[in-house]
Amino acid sequence: MARVEERIDVGFGPSPAAELSARPRPRGDLARLPWASFFIIVVLVLVAVLAPLIAPHSPTEQSLPDKLRPPAWQEGGSTKHLLGTDVLGRDVLSRIIYGARVSLIVAAAALLAGGGVGLMVGIVSGYLGGRVDSFLMRVVDATLTFPTILIALLLAVSLGQGLQTIAIAITVLIWARFARVVRGEVLAVKTRDFVALARVHGCSHLRIMAIHIVPNVLNTFMVLLTLHIGFVIIVEASLSFLGAGIPPPTPSWGQMVADGRSHIASAWWLSVVPGGAIVLVVLAFNLFGDWLRDWLDPRLRQV
Amino acid sequence: MNAAAPVVLEVKDLHAYLYTRWGVVRAVDGVSFVLREGETLGLVGESGCGKTMTGLSVLRLLPEPAGRIVRGQVLLQGEDLVTKSEAEMRRVRGRRISMILQDPQTSLNPVFTIGDQLVEALRMLYADAAPALSHRAEEALRSVKVAAPEQRMRAYPHQMSGGMKQRVVGAIAVAGEPRVLIADEPTTALDVTIQLQYLTLLKEIQARTRLAMLFITHDFGIVARMCDRVAVMYAGRIVESGPTRALFRAPRHPYTEALMASVPRMEASVERLPSIEGQPPPLHDLPVGCRFAPRCRYVEDRCRREYPPTLPVGPAHEAACWRVEPSPPSR
Amino acid sequence: MLESGAIAAEPLIRVENLTKHFPVTRGLLIARTTGQVKAVDGISFTIGRQETFGLVGESGCGKTTTSRLLLRLERPTAGRVLLDGQDVHALTGADLSKYHTRVQAVFQDPWSSLNPRLRVRDTIAEALVVNRRVSKAGRLERVEEVLHQVGLPLAVASRYPHEFSGGQRQRIALASALASDPELIVLDEPVSALDVSIRAQIMNLLKDLQAQQQLSYLLVAHNLATVRYIAHRTAVMYLGKIVEHADTESLYRSPLHPYTKALFAAALPADPDAPRDDMILSGEVPSPIDPPSGCHFHPRCPFAMEQCSRVEPALKAVAAGHQVSCHLY
Repeated sequence: MARVEERIDVGFGPSPAAELSARPRPRGDLARLPWASFFIIVVLVLVAVLAPLIAPHSPTEQSLPDKLRPPAWQEGGSTKHLLGTDVLGRDVLSRIIYGARVSLIVAAAALLAGGGVGLMVGIVSGYLGGRVDSFLMRVVDATLTFPTILIALLLAVSLGQGLQTIAIAITVLIWARFARVVRGEVLAVKTRDFVALARVHGCSHLRIMAIHIVPNVLNTFMVLLTLHIGFVIIVEASLSFLGAGIPPPTPSWGQMVADGRSHIASAWWLSVVPGGAIVLVVLAFNLFGDWLRDWLDPRLRQV
Repeated sequence: MNAAAPVVLEVKDLHAYLYTRWGVVRAVDGVSFVLREGETLGLVGESGCGKTMTGLSVLRLLPEPAGRIVRGQVLLQGEDLVTKSEAEMRRVRGRRISMILQDPQTSLNPVFTIGDQLVEALRMLYADAAPALSHRAEEALRSVKVAAPEQRMRAYPHQMSGGMKQRVVGAIAVAGEPRVLIADEPTTALDVTIQLQYLTLLKEIQARTRLAMLFITHDFGIVARMCDRVAVMYAGRIVESGPTRALFRAPRHPYTEALMASVPRMEASVERLPSIEGQPPPLHDLPVGCRFAPRCRYVEDRCRREYPPTLPVGPAHEAACWRVEPSPPSR
Repeated sequence: MLESGAIAAEPLIRVENLTKHFPVTRGLLIARTTGQVKAVDGISFTIGRQETFGLVGESGCGKTTTSRLLLRLERPTAGRVLLDGQDVHALTGADLSKYHTRVQAVFQDPWSSLNPRLRVRDTIAEALVVNRRVSKAGRLERVEEVLHQVGLPLAVASRYPHEFSGGQRQRIALASALASDPELIVLDEPVSALDVSIRAQIMNLLKDLQAQQQLSYLLVAHNLATVRYIAHRTAVMYLGKIVEHADTESLYRSPLHPYTKALFAAALPADPDAPRDDMILSGEVPSPIDPPSGCHFHPRCPFAMEQCSRVEPALKAVAAGHQVSCHLY
């Protein structure tokens, strides 16, 4: 019983056995790149990496006579403190720059750990199926029902504040999302003929998972990673905002927003600037993630 | 077959192109044919030749915004469908022309019962109230030989076999008593014994209603059984068309000849099956001259320079090839 | 027309009473078995060296499951598959490795048979990498050799599957099956997903390779004409059982079983003047979960007799090399 796949076979790519013509390149791709997102992300990374070099002041250096100065373009501000100072006279710009480090490090650590665990669980669960799969998916379900911030707070309280704690808390929260999505992809890949043929070739299950399954779920995995960066940054900011995050005096954007709360009316820049940074960065990563998904999608279609 | 039967559908010089990132794909590049009442025309060719696109163009169902009919007419009982508005086309589809597609899995909505889907289709056509529509739906099922239609009405698509689903699809398609039915590979996904049942059913429906059918397929066996006339497509154009018997006995276009020779026969065994080397040309980059030339065993210089005209080769039989000596047309 | 190759004392493959039942389960937490899908229900056949054995039938007949049982993709519920006298499902270690080099496969869908993330040469060489200690240079040499055998240029090796058409991909899949120099290739609908004019190319290639490389094939197909062109012997399956089994020529010239006749009649000949010998079977193909009693075909058989619903007919020889399981004989 033949199922002739109805592809709109318009004659590209397919080439006669004798001549292998190159696939025609689609035109106009360059215009569709998300330049704004790229730019923001690159700037973020550079800022975080080069913080000691570009920050005009130390983020923790207090200078009480300079306290609560507005940003440079406002009356009372000076170019010495481009974005003003906070209640302890610390330079807001420098704190934003160093805060970028915190955000990035936390995001990277949590994503790699959480993503890594999620990927492995998803692969094993999806490929092996049966009881292993059922059990692991119940654990995933349980994890997903936890209220995010509550768990993070609990962990912060019991493990003490610090970078490590936040990273662990976020890992615990996000691995389950990755596991579930990856498992779904694995189920789809598993049914493809090349997996059966790999077994006919004599491949062990481990080899099949490593060489045939993982590379074919990586695209989805990477998109998922980028789409979660925003989430992770916000969780960290929220935790810091609630006082359970990175302990002072290390600057963290969330903490800065919290600190500025009481001065919203008078010294608006204390909360708005770090808040704006969070919005900008999260937006950039989300847009990048969307673009990545769409860009990788037609490639996936080749299969 | 009565040659004097009235013409129901006439397609004249139809050009339908797809505007893609890679260029303009000339999917249908000058196709003309005539369909008469009670007649079945087979549209044969391999993947990418444009036969499905032709079917979709007739119904104005080209994928938008990339697909467009750029030239030509589609005359349904004299009215040009190309110039109609979308609202007008909605009244035409299902009522005056219908289409059956290849995959019964995706033709039916999995979350609704068969009865619901039939009734919904009928609601577009008849102003009756619900109970009367249900009754019509049962009648429709009966007309496609579905046993125990009252029970089947409550079944979901996944509870039915492929053959049964295709019958339901067929019932929906003919419910509006269309004049033309376009069937695009309707039996490719079915088992061979079920296929025979289904084709026989289609023939019965056609005999009863004097339906004209455009049967799109790549299977010559089906063509031999079902079609009165055949048109062979290659790279967006019809390269040969004629009465089925004439085409099978003496194909005049090298592509038709080569294609038929490359299909293994069940009835006889051969030592070697001749195959056609190479591939069809890419539709976004068509050569000047005959499109089959690179693969043709009779190719001459003239073939590469100029596209051959369509010449008559017998009664109601024509082919687009330079090698043909035209016989006096006798239609 | 096709002469069987020389048959050694023990055929390459011997299938004895092969059976595969899949349990049907219900319930979420505690799975209860409510029935069995009798996909393959006690079949036996042999495949000789340099011979093609065709297995035909419609969906649900068990031919694909049979091919999977031969490839160790499923474990039999009962019965055995013997390769040179050795039970294929009892192999371990080095013997198992050897088995994987001797038996390979090509499946139906060229779009799903190749790992899109691997270069063609890595897919082709996989059986070598896994089963044999062949050096990298040796592998590349072998890849070149098999690409040549299937009619593809060497440049193909460093590319990715998405750059090729269906026909080319099937050639690559074939090259991948040939790499370990197998003796048997299981072909599961190798050409049905390909365009009509490409099918002939691939079928000719298969025939040539059989002669050049002394290959045997198990050809699972629903297209009777394809099977006639390549197979030396053919068996017809219905609901998990072999209903008729003969030399291809014998089978096609004089089909005996009513189902075979119906199947042949349904395969429409490409000839508008062919006599219409319609045996239109009534009803649907019954489910393999609850096959009819006695002869499974009796509800749809135009020649059914009283005993057909009670007693299952045995497969017996009616002419030289021609076996049928039907009470008519």
